[in-house]
Amino acid sequence: MAEIVIKNGFVIDPARKINGDVMDIAIRDDKIVEKVGSGAKEIDARGKVVMTGGVDIHAHVAGPKVNVGRLMRPEDKLFKSPNAQAPYRVESGFSIPSTFKTGYDYARMGYAFVMEAAMPPLHSPHVHEEIHDTPIIDQGALPVFANNWFVLEYLKNREIENTAAYTAWLLMATKGYGVKLVNPGGTAAWAWGLNCLTLNDPVPYFDITPAEIISGLIETNEYLGLPHSIHIHQNSLGTPGNYEITLDSFRLAEGVKANNRFSRDSVMHSTHVQFHSYGGDSWRNFESKAKEVMDYINGQKNITVDLGCVTLDETTTMTADGPFEHHLNQLNHLKWANTDVELETAAGVVPYVYDKDIKVCGIQWAIGLELGLYAKDPMRTFITTDHPNAGPFIRYPRIIKWLMSKKAREETLESMKYTDKVIDATDIHSLDTERTLYEIAQMTRAGPAKALGLSHIFGSLAPGMEANVVVYDLNFNDMPDDPEQIERAFLRSSNFIKSGDIVVKDGDIVSHGNKRTFWVNAKVKENPQVIRDIHEKFLKEYTVGLGNYTVWDCLAPNPYVIDIDVEA
Amino acid sequence: MPKWITQVGCPYCGSSCDDLEVLVSDDGRKVLETRNACVIGNEIFHHASSPNRPTRPRMRQEDGTVKEITYDEAIDYTAKALLKAKKPLIYGFGSTNCEGMSAVGRVAEKAGAVLDNCASICHGPSFLAIFDNGYPSCTLGEVKNRADVVLFWGCNPMHAHPRHTSRYSIFPRGFFTTKGNMQRTIICVDPRETDTAKLADIHLMIDQGHDYELFDAFRTVLRGHDIPDVVAGIKKEQILEAAGKMKNGRFVMIFYGMGCCHTDGRNHNVDIAISTTRDLNSHTKASIMAMRGHYNIAGPGQVWSWQFGFPYCVDLSRGTHAHMNPGETSSIDLAMRDEVDCFVNVGTDAGAHFPIEAVRHLKKHPFITVDPNICMASEISDLHIPVRVVGVEEPGVVYRMDNVPIQFKKVIDGPDGVPSDEELFDKVYERMCELTETEPIWILNRGHAHGSSTAEQ
Repeated sequence: MAEIVIKNGFVIDPARKINGDVMDIAIRDDKIVEKVGSGAKEIDARGKVVMTGGVDIHAHVAGPKVNVGRLMRPEDKLFKSPNAQAPYRVESGFSIPSTFKTGYDYARMGYAFVMEAAMPPLHSPHVHEEIHDTPIIDQGALPVFANNWFVLEYLKNREIENTAAYTAWLLMATKGYGVKLVNPGGTAAWAWGLNCLTLNDPVPYFDITPAEIISGLIETNEYLGLPHSIHIHQNSLGTPGNYEITLDSFRLAEGVKANNRFSRDSVMHSTHVQFHSYGGDSWRNFESKAKEVMDYINGQKNITVDLGCVTLDETTTMTADGPFEHHLNQLNHLKWANTDVELETAAGVVPYVYDKDIKVCGIQWAIGLELGLYAKDPMRTFITTDHPNAGPFIRYPRIIKWLMSKKAREETLESMKYTDKVIDATDIHSLDTERTLYEIAQMTRAGPAKALGLSHIFGSLAPGMEANVVVYDLNFNDMPDDPEQIERAFLRSSNFIKSGDIVVKDGDIVSHGNKRTFWVNAKVKENPQVIRDIHEKFLKEYTVGLGNYTVWDCLAPNPYVIDIDVEA
Repeated sequence: MPKWITQVGCPYCGSSCDDLEVLVSDDGRKVLETRNACVIGNEIFHHASSPNRPTRPRMRQEDGTVKEITYDEAIDYTAKALLKAKKPLIYGFGSTNCEGMSAVGRVAEKAGAVLDNCASICHGPSFLAIFDNGYPSCTLGEVKNRADVVLFWGCNPMHAHPRHTSRYSIFPRGFFTTKGNMQRTIICVDPRETDTAKLADIHLMIDQGHDYELFDAFRTVLRGHDIPDVVAGIKKEQILEAAGKMKNGRFVMIFYGMGCCHTDGRNHNVDIAISTTRDLNSHTKASIMAMRGHYNIAGPGQVWSWQFGFPYCVDLSRGTHAHMNPGETSSIDLAMRDEVDCFVNVGTDAGAHFPIEAVRHLKKHPFITVDPNICMASEISDLHIPVRVVGVEEPGVVYRMDNVPIQFKKVIDGPDGVPSDEELFDKVYERMCELTETEPIWILNRGHAHGSSTAEQ
């Protein structure tokens, strides 16, 4: 029995409304407990901030498109890989780090759980192989559903029960966590080189609209009572004027009630809203509509969002939104990878440079932060960069700095070539809001844990919770004048205890801990039609046998399975 | 009763067919019969049961003969050779599973070795082109279900990938291609009249080594400009006809092979092939795919990309970070410059594939082969360590030529005492840790148990 006590830190635990109280946090084995014996190992956190481990709701960290990015971008490694920290594995890459570096970097920042945001079902063994090779952090993965032939055919006929039976089967077969939608219908259209740019564009051949797909999958998700709501990347990403489509998609959730036993209130998680909050009708008069979008979210309690902040780096964009990557490639003419996946989805990868001296990039940067500042409910607004699309995840501390310090925002704004134009097209210059550590803990821990239906183990330091405790070198009562110190503290934690193992000390990895793979096993009534359809499609259209499709247990050797009995 | 096992993966070519049926003997030790396999695939399954197969490591003696030694001795020899060497090279991996590649990654890091795979002498130019230009591709099911114009450029699947055309590219009836080959226009670009060319609607018998020009002509035509009367030995009318077919196709697929990436121009040929694909996407839908040779040669490109960031030529000799620079850190170049002082050949036959000069240099130092079978490399090795045959006696994940992971099962038990690649290299790693008095670094609490899939619903 291993006991640890983290003594005298300023504890910030929004789930229990604790804001900077000096307390001890006690750990026995992998759980937080009320108190431990005198023999417990002591960690002194005096003068430092103590939070629970971070929860990342959306990042592309494992799987085929991430790996295509790594493969095709040797330049992402050149002079950008840190030296290995002996005796641990070598670390490679900046925007698309190797699996080892991914695990280590998240741990250094005090993150305990990361959700891989888009898993092509056919490639799920690949996703799990990478998760297997990502040390320390717990992970789950969201299979993509919104362009899947089964789903399109069932939803066209409004067959929610069949969609649900198929969804449950696919979650089991891929060891998936929830229902991801990427450019509903648009990616299916891309298989013929087309797209669905509005919610009412019919999908070629399938004759269903994006709006019908979204509504149908919301209904399916609540029918099953999954821990997470649907997780949607909306149509028309990254296009000037797309905020209206964004608001239209939000409206599809109006009046829908969450049905689950995981204390989740939301029925829609809208991801990387920065890319969906654009005004104007061209890049010339491109402007922020962050206020309009956030005003709606503030009033609509059953939607959660993550920001997808642009970090002004050279990065690698990658998404199952195949037509968007082709479009982006037509803009920047850099290298372009694409993978269309039979019957299921597609993906594209294009490198991108968010240059602070380009007006559009400056405005994008401002929009992400405006959303974070306009949000009235930090429990429903989460910090992400849509890693690596708007920037790498190791910039989360920088976003925290910008959100917490107007001074830091102004410094960045001032350093731009087109400061005035960025100010004209956004509200960033006039926003004086500075987020507190308490709100940051909501936006990176308590909030995402609740939205994922994991608030019973993550997102809080209450006794009984998973023993994920991180110590940051920040004095709650005497926050630094220099915002850089905020970034530095969040980038390399003083201590991080993951599931009861001390994995980081003074910003360095000291253990590989004990990572787990989270997936959801929803048991539904046997559905002969769906079973028949699955067999038939594998016989006729797939090029992989059904018997070789289901992910082996050994690829997720440390599973955390959430069982749901839908019949009960 | 002998038992039929279905949906078995085939450990031969890059088509990685997973629809084989294999009849195994009562005791589960011998393959009796196969169905659906091509002649070569069939042979691999039977070969595993060959009585002539080595089942113990064989160490070369001073007099040139070989002597059987124990696996522990072989592991000890390998560990010591790798630790002693300044720049060991671990090469191969055309024919093993990803679990093995992953285990070797750990060994290479510990040894400060260069890790390279068969792409180095095969589709390496494709990687170079992908680094510059990307890779607009798709899975083979997209070809089966949608492609109505299929181009084979410098490849001959009828011989090299025997079931490719029937499973994916020419004959199958897919969802939007219900008429199968009747609905597809096949274009073949090859200086020879290969068996694939014979199947083609249009065979462009190109002048050898003039691939770049022909691609250039296609791009020019696609962009609406005029071209000379003859390009690369092909008449203008023929080029216009082929370009027209592509432009008017609903889904154009370009498969290319060694005839494209290893003829004059090499990576530049692949580069312009990719550019042609990009151009075609302004008119219709188009994809391109390299005809990868072995059933899991796409595997090391994947595994090492996620572990080290590079698909091949991964130099870990600096100890602190991975470095890739083909030409500098590629196997042949290292060997020709005599920079390698220990060579480990895994699941391939460097003895048959490398230039003789390169092999002569490699032979000056410890030369170890890890392979289930006797091959030219094993016969010139100082040490040959036999392992189980992946896909026959050992399960594992493999990546098909379209980078789709397929979980290959095993059908029979391997010979007693013979380890898998993964088990062998994990033991080599543990021995290296013992010798250097360091703690082994494992990412997970581990075990080798795998090969069972959750029961399908």
